[in-house]
Amino acid sequence: MALGQRLEKIVRPSGLTLAGESLTFDLCGGLWLEAHRTLVVSDLHLEKGSAYAARSGQFLPPYDTRETLACLHEAVARFDPARVVALGDSFHDARGPDRMEPGDRAMIAALQEGRDWVWIAGNHDAAVNEGVGGRYAETLTLGGLTLRHEPTPGVADGEIAGHLHPCGKVAMRGRAVRRRCFVTDGHRLVMPAFGAYAGGLNVRDRAFEPLFPNGFTAHLLGDGRVFAIGRTMLARD
Amino acid sequence: MSGDPLLPPIFSDWFDRRGWRPRAHQLDLLRIAGSGRSALLVAPTGAGKTLAGFLPSLVALAGRPKGAKAGGLHTLYVSPLKALAVDIARNLDAPIAEIGLPVRVETRTGDTPAHKRTRQIDRPPDILLTTPEQLSLLIAHREAAALFAELRCVVLDELHALVTSKRGDLLSLALARLHRLSPGLTAIGLSATVREPDELRKYLVPQKAPDAPSLADLVVVQGGAKPDLRMLEIDRRLPLAGHTAYQSMPAIYDLIRAHRTVLVFVNTRLQAEYTFQELWRLNDDVLPIALHHGSLDAQQRRRVEAAMAAGQLRAIVCTATLDLGIDWGDVDLVVNIGAPKGASRIMQRIGRANHRMDEPSKAYLVPANRFEILECRAALDAVEEAAQDTPDARIGAPDVLAQHVLGMACADAFDPVALYDEVTAAAPYVGLTWEEFEQVVDYVATGGYALRAYERFAKILRGPDGLWRVRDARTAQQYRMNVGTIIEATTVKVRLARSLRGKPGTVLPKTGRVLGEIEEDFAETLTVGDTFLFAGEVLRFEGLAEDEALVTKAGPGTDPAIPSYAGAKFPLSTFLAARVRALIADPFEWDRLPKQVSDYLLQQRRRSLLPGPRDLLVETFPRGGRHYLTAFPFEGRLAHQTLGMLLTRRLERARLRPLGFAANDYGIAIWTNRDLSERIGFEPRFLEDLFAEDMLGDDLEAWLDESAMMKRTFRQCAVIAGLIERRFPGQKKTGRQVTISTDLVYDVLRKHQPDHLLLRAARQDAATGLLDVRRLGMMLRRIQGRIIHKALDRVSPLSVSVMLEIGRERVYGEGADEILAEAEAQLLEEALA
Repeated sequence: MALGQRLEKIVRPSGLTLAGESLTFDLCGGLWLEAHRTLVVSDLHLEKGSAYAARSGQFLPPYDTRETLACLHEAVARFDPARVVALGDSFHDARGPDRMEPGDRAMIAALQEGRDWVWIAGNHDAAVNEGVGGRYAETLTLGGLTLRHEPTPGVADGEIAGHLHPCGKVAMRGRAVRRRCFVTDGHRLVMPAFGAYAGGLNVRDRAFEPLFPNGFTAHLLGDGRVFAIGRTMLARD
Repeated sequence: MSGDPLLPPIFSDWFDRRGWRPRAHQLDLLRIAGSGRSALLVAPTGAGKTLAGFLPSLVALAGRPKGAKAGGLHTLYVSPLKALAVDIARNLDAPIAEIGLPVRVETRTGDTPAHKRTRQIDRPPDILLTTPEQLSLLIAHREAAALFAELRCVVLDELHALVTSKRGDLLSLALARLHRLSPGLTAIGLSATVREPDELRKYLVPQKAPDAPSLADLVVVQGGAKPDLRMLEIDRRLPLAGHTAYQSMPAIYDLIRAHRTVLVFVNTRLQAEYTFQELWRLNDDVLPIALHHGSLDAQQRRRVEAAMAAGQLRAIVCTATLDLGIDWGDVDLVVNIGAPKGASRIMQRIGRANHRMDEPSKAYLVPANRFEILECRAALDAVEEAAQDTPDARIGAPDVLAQHVLGMACADAFDPVALYDEVTAAAPYVGLTWEEFEQVVDYVATGGYALRAYERFAKILRGPDGLWRVRDARTAQQYRMNVGTIIEATTVKVRLARSLRGKPGTVLPKTGRVLGEIEEDFAETLTVGDTFLFAGEVLRFEGLAEDEALVTKAGPGTDPAIPSYAGAKFPLSTFLAARVRALIADPFEWDRLPKQVSDYLLQQRRRSLLPGPRDLLVETFPRGGRHYLTAFPFEGRLAHQTLGMLLTRRLERARLRPLGFAANDYGIAIWTNRDLSERIGFEPRFLEDLFAEDMLGDDLEAWLDESAMMKRTFRQCAVIAGLIERRFPGQKKTGRQVTISTDLVYDVLRKHQPDHLLLRAARQDAATGLLDVRRLGMMLRRIQGRIIHKALDRVSPLSVSVMLEIGRERVYGEGADEILAEAEAQLLEEALA
């Protein structure tokens, strides 16, 4: 494991600072900003299961909301953040809050208790409904960091965004491992989707090219820790 | 004279004109069906099974009063293969035309155009030939009750091949519906020789209770000529492991030269590719030798089949894709490479040669390693005794029932009690409880979740009259799109691309032809530059473009670097396994074995020991700084892989630091950091505990739930039951972002409702399917008190065979994190470079 420890020393500094702010990539897919005591999670896609049932008659297990909230609860309990930022697409569609079970609604309220809760507007939930607590914002600035849902092409020092659901794939010796990941080039960070049913887009997809013209490192969520993988080791789908 | 009181004169005359006599079984069937009873006809190939199956219908149709207006559909024929249905239609033409019967015969398959389908409902033919899936669609049709009201007879062909799968479950439910729509219906099953015909007899007729089976009548055609079956013996020593049979290729080539047309069967697609290449390497005479397996482009396969039918080929190297199919009269030899794995399979394959009952089929078994010699010997003995290893009766799958229930709601409003009675009349579902049935109905309606979230979206609704109805036309359409139980693995096309000379490493997409398809799972593990064997050539992977794998031909002399891709692999049947164990245990039998095998067994007896037929031999020994444990249950690779996984967990808990394991059809090898012999020495019950039956409890559950195979099984159940939509070949792939991954669904469902219907369905499949848990359980019971341990100071001859598997297969238990850590290390190298 000596190699692993050496690695983390070498890899961590480049991956874990952005515009001078230090970042912690949590294994649950959340981002911890120690200096701001802020936990950021992106693309919760709450009520995605019920959205499918309503739209196409596919009855996916209706437990995705409570599963997502349980993971969030676990992270909140661990970090005890002063602020939680949901980085957009918090609900799968605008009607999501209406379909939510009372228990899940209560769970959100309990999580919001005693802390600042910010819903950033996403493209799925641009018109956010009332009744889910917290405050709403298009973007949020924390020190040198700008938090918004959709990443903006061009120079964007300190931008933290979601929207793309990045996934990294490593193929080796007849096995492929595909995991959600953080993607960063030291200037910009794209966060993994947090939602239980949120799919993923391979980081080698064209959508990432204009955002990271000079390459990037992907931080893949493993079973036991987060792994920093260079672009050359990442396979396409 | 073919005078038989049952046979109308126009039929006797026809037999006479052809110079034939009606066979006894054909008349038996006529008699049974004539008295309104159902029957199973068990006969070897070439016995005139098909004519026998149709004769009662043809006689009845001939007896219709002249000028009577054509009735509804009289006879339905169901075949597992579309091509077979089409072929039978052609074969029926001759007797119908020659006897001059006013009988209209049509086929209905996926290829039948829409206008013809509509007409077949409005004005049905007398005899309709179709497949199980098309039958399911027909009984879900709104006009089904009218269409089948006059049905008198249903003929199920190749029944032995159908009943062992979910397809058989679906067909049994359709049959139950036909029995209800047309009481007094006669069902005729046609089957190759099977060991337990009673299972098939039950399948044909409505059942009343699990413990009081109703049986169809049985007609058995004895023997036919005994097959001329031999083991191919060559004077070279075979290796202890491996499946290529490369030593035997020249002998096989000589056999092809000496015969008209040869079918060369292999067990996997990889073997097919390899054998095809090797035979062509030897093919100085440039004999037309072709390749046929499930991954090849469909058009290519059709071309090979057409060339075969036209008598243009001297040999086809093929996999199970040609186990069933239309008769090729010209095949005069069948060669089976590798161990036959099951006695029934080998009989089926031998039957592909010489489809005439009075001439013996000729076949060679070609063992690829010394263990396979034992297996071939056991199979030869089994064929000699005409013994068969038919799998046990299936317990009907709940996911298939869910599909059927939705279909029945599409046909008409249903009363749940009446439908329950109907469904439990189908043999696979005879043990279904009312509660289980209610759960299925609840699943179909709203997903069957403890959290009642989807009530307002229900697919079927119960009216005030107590009847269930389908919600709307869209739901019925979704049912029709999803019908069937065959889930094709998602595949990508393999297309030849042209390399750009000017720019090395770049290729022009969409330039070359499509060679076939490979499983998406396999394609995903390829990286640019990997070489692999496909369609008879060594190909270089150039990248994925949309849904195609682009490849170029690798330079001559390139060895494929990627060893294999998924293909059907059959485990050794329980029946043959028992015979192999008996063969090993009895030295008096050894003189029937080639000397290289008896020498090997003698060596084993001298250096360690040979287990009795019911014993489990466990050897422990050190090697290369590690400690090994080998065991020989002879229960097939799948059961052994599961066993290896479970033993590794237990050794881990016993702090013996297991590092990995390997398995083959005969045994397993596990290696550890700690001394196993020593531990067993001071803890006498250690092995008994290690192999105790309770390993099938929590450990199994825990491992199963995490395993990739279980996820794959779940996905199949979810598609069959309509939880997620089927992906169709050629359908444009939408981005991963918007599709729902079944793995995610599985994880969430397992956590929040572990007893959900679909999880139960997946576990039921795992028990018999990919993981062969049931068999493992039988083995653990068998060996209780019969474990024989031998501590050795070095590897024994028997253990060498399984040790050779190490390194050939992926190391099990290698977690995702190990792969990721290795990829991460590359980043470090880049950083330091």
